[in-house]
Amino acid sequence: MHIAIIGNGISGVTAARQIRKLSNHKISLISSESEHFFSRTALMYVYMGHMRWEDIKPYEDWFWDKNGIDIIQDHVESISPQDHQLILAKAGALSYDKLIIACGSKSNKFGWPGEDLKKVHGLYHKQDLEAMEKYSDGLQRAVVVGGGLIGIEMAEMFHSRHIPVTMLVREQSYWDNILPAEESQMISDHIKDHHIDLRLGVNLGEIIDDGKGNACGVTIKETGERIDCGFVGLTAGVSPNVDFVRESGIEIGRGIKVNQYLETSASDVYAIGDCAEQIEPRPGRRPIEAIWYTGRMMGETVAYNICGKPVAYDPGIWFNSAKFVDIEYQVYGDVLARAPEEHVSLVWQHPTEDKLVRIVYHRNHGQIIGFNLFGVRYRHEVCEKWLRDKAHIEEVLQDLSLANFDPEFYKEYETDIIKLYNQQTGSSLSLRKKRSLNQVLRFLTKAQA
Amino acid sequence: MNAIQKLGLGLFFAALLIFTASLGLSEHKISPENIQIENEYHAAAFFAAADKLGIADKTYKGNVGFISDVKACLKEAQTGLNLMVEKEGLPEGVSEWDFKIGDWKIKDYVPAAVRSSASGLVPERKGLFLFLTFGLAILGGLLYILPKFRELPGIKHNNIYHRSLTRGLKWNARTLALSLTIIGVLVYGLYYMSGQWIWSLATALVAGIIIALVLFYRGEKDRSPAKSAGPGLMGWFGIVTGLYLIGFYILLYWKPEYITNWVLMVDPVSEKLSGNPASRWFLYGLMYTCIVIVMGIRMIAKYRHNRYQMIRTGSVMFFQTGFAFLLPEILVRLNQPWYDFKNIWPLNYTFFFDWNIKQLIESGGLGIFMLVWGIVLIVIAIPVITYLYGKRWYCSWVCGCGGLAETMGDPYRQLSDKSLRAWQYERYIIHGVLAFSVIMTILVLYSYFTGSTRLGFLDSNQVRTWYGFLIGSAFAGVVGTGFYPLMGNRVWCRFGCPLAALLGLMQRFQSRFRITVNGGQCISCGNCSTYCEMGIDVRHYAQRGQDIVRSSCVGCGVCSAVCPRGVLRLENASADVGTRTDQLRTIHISESEVKLLS
Repeated sequence: MHIAIIGNGISGVTAARQIRKLSNHKISLISSESEHFFSRTALMYVYMGHMRWEDIKPYEDWFWDKNGIDIIQDHVESISPQDHQLILAKAGALSYDKLIIACGSKSNKFGWPGEDLKKVHGLYHKQDLEAMEKYSDGLQRAVVVGGGLIGIEMAEMFHSRHIPVTMLVREQSYWDNILPAEESQMISDHIKDHHIDLRLGVNLGEIIDDGKGNACGVTIKETGERIDCGFVGLTAGVSPNVDFVRESGIEIGRGIKVNQYLETSASDVYAIGDCAEQIEPRPGRRPIEAIWYTGRMMGETVAYNICGKPVAYDPGIWFNSAKFVDIEYQVYGDVLARAPEEHVSLVWQHPTEDKLVRIVYHRNHGQIIGFNLFGVRYRHEVCEKWLRDKAHIEEVLQDLSLANFDPEFYKEYETDIIKLYNQQTGSSLSLRKKRSLNQVLRFLTKAQA
Repeated sequence: MNAIQKLGLGLFFAALLIFTASLGLSEHKISPENIQIENEYHAAAFFAAADKLGIADKTYKGNVGFISDVKACLKEAQTGLNLMVEKEGLPEGVSEWDFKIGDWKIKDYVPAAVRSSASGLVPERKGLFLFLTFGLAILGGLLYILPKFRELPGIKHNNIYHRSLTRGLKWNARTLALSLTIIGVLVYGLYYMSGQWIWSLATALVAGIIIALVLFYRGEKDRSPAKSAGPGLMGWFGIVTGLYLIGFYILLYWKPEYITNWVLMVDPVSEKLSGNPASRWFLYGLMYTCIVIVMGIRMIAKYRHNRYQMIRTGSVMFFQTGFAFLLPEILVRLNQPWYDFKNIWPLNYTFFFDWNIKQLIESGGLGIFMLVWGIVLIVIAIPVITYLYGKRWYCSWVCGCGGLAETMGDPYRQLSDKSLRAWQYERYIIHGVLAFSVIMTILVLYSYFTGSTRLGFLDSNQVRTWYGFLIGSAFAGVVGTGFYPLMGNRVWCRFGCPLAALLGLMQRFQSRFRITVNGGQCISCGNCSTYCEMGIDVRHYAQRGQDIVRSSCVGCGVCSAVCPRGVLRLENASADVGTRTDQLRTIHISESEVKLLS
């Protein structure tokens, strides 16, 4: 059987690797972006000089050949599911028995005047990185439009090269549609501490043409203020990169529609990763989740489905992570920016440092709902088990040391967090356990039983 | 970079320039007042030869011409004495060894003559030059480093690969540098072993076998191309730095007479500490300690958001300053043997040498204690502490080589080779060195107890001389430190250190230490692998959610520090280590969880 995979990002590559583990099918991995798989989330580190291009490739170049994964560096022009055939820009037709579409996203554009000028780029593809590199020489200022995770990455990138950056953010506080107020405020302050010119509550008016087709500045819609710059970063989110699929007859919404087995409307065609839209997402989950972790999970799931071991896609309990310049962020479970009435938050913040722990639980029955962690590391497996078991907040607090994943000798804040809870609720809880991996493993194996 | 930092860098380079130039800033004269040779036959022959060569009472600016003339003169004296013995026989009651000048004696006489004959700028103003070199370099370094404490805390790796000093070498240039170094060492080895080619030949043979094993037996030939050391990147400043360091070590180990002015410069410090004039090893120790302290402060500034790094750096600074530098000098002042209490065999390969054992036993109570202490460390401390905490307790908390690597070497940690091929080489080479050190030590002990230097076809004196040259000097020093800017800061620890090999075996098979991975949070970015100084592809494990137990891991904790998602943690706990490391864990679905739908 010949399995063609469009896209060599984390989803497509995970699928290819898992299929190889499970079978001897012929696998073709098609991408025009780069010859070999690289970590998209690490693009920024190449620009910042933390790593070289070869360092962000998780596998050595010989890996693909060794594992019988054929690499095709080509661009897919169209798909004809009836013929089980792809049309490639260079190589022409390619037949497949099963097709996995893992073509990812593209940066959003909202019809801003000047959005297609030169020196205007998102940050998603290898080519975006190359453009940033190319235009950084002698760059006096960059403007980043959009305040999500990619926006702050782009700002940090320019900042690392001492290029002044202005961030235009529509929200009143950084990423406040996702982050609760305290967190959003902390990150906003942190961005300003780094002397990044953060403009909140403003929209992009237009991108100004220098007369030669290059961007040379932007205006702010609300004030009309003009900001001169040599590069404009568009980081107002991403959307599925599905234009080339439209004429294939495969059903498309915002993304490629898939059922819980990641099958599209066309037979033998699957879609995974950023470009897939779940027809029936799990409760509390969005139909399109363009993040690394779900891409990887879908890659595994589709491999099992293709290799004759049908398994429904189950992203499990929500988790995600990011880093806002110097502040690490982890989230487990549901922590909403605008929490419903029945969600209660225990929010502990370090008096001087950028550290914050938010534990969300149910107002009535005390079940644990989510963790937001800033500058403090918690164990994924432990938090996940509490969330899965719907543990009671007081159980969680008394065992909180089990979750601590900070390096050795770091100050531990569990006692402070419990003290805060006691103050707020009049309880008199205390820590039952000390931080210890053996205890953690005992706790985790108990779960499986 | 602010003005103070620029001034600091300026001062540092000025100090480096003065330091380098000072090698030539002395005068020497061949005269009986300036050159004392105790052996009367040798002295007479030497000055007679000087007369004959027309260099008696000649004054030299700088020591290069002087050294070559003194050498020629000693050769001449040697030939003269040999002829005399042939013609007239030995004088009454004088042994041949006392009368003739042996080759080894020439090696002793030359540096002594340079030292005793030195006058002029540096030798007469030691204090001033000590300040202009060590003083200014430390001051400049601190001026450059201290303002870093005012920066916001966080990972400081911006532009490392944009800097000429820290970006490393192209793959082919690195291969060239390595090949030239190996050939250079083997060729110099011919001279070092007085023309006995068997040692260089045997070493070349072993190297060839290792290369063949890796390429053909381990199948590395088919895994091509191996992850490169960075095409298109070439750091010329790094190359110059590497060459300077390599040059320094070559002079220090094999041509010490040329660095006499440096040794003279640190006399005042040595006299204060031990009461004796400085030796080249004192010079080296003082430099080493200053570098570990100043660059340790840099490390603390860089990682001041990370208490593990701060405490660990403090520890290597303490052990270097207290145990490796001050305590041994104080022992000497108290008429006790020079002894570094934290240096353990087989890294301390001279520990079981006859002269060391003899010296320790003859020094009475404390000497015996040192002997017992050294053995206790090997037999008890190594297994017990390594079981509890992994090899990091030594390699990145105590050891001097590790101390230098973690402080001066920190800017270069990203240059270690992460390829599978490098790992294959590493395992053969480091375990080869361990085997070599054990065999050498057995031979030496055999000689000590039996009095016979020969065992089969091996001569224990020659074996240990070659070990000292090849491993002790060339590998640990010239390559170990000289290659910091070329192949990363742990070349010695990773590929060569026999103690690291020994600790690594224990860590791999019998230790609680491991690095755990935080569930499925890895984003495969590769910061961990890039900044692993031991060249472990940490990401390989992290992205599978697999706990890491690797013999080479020195537990520096930097992978955990640089991880942007907080995925890695150093742990001491052995529970479930089997299932969490051996099994290839998938992140999301494990085979057992796949339910076939009806």
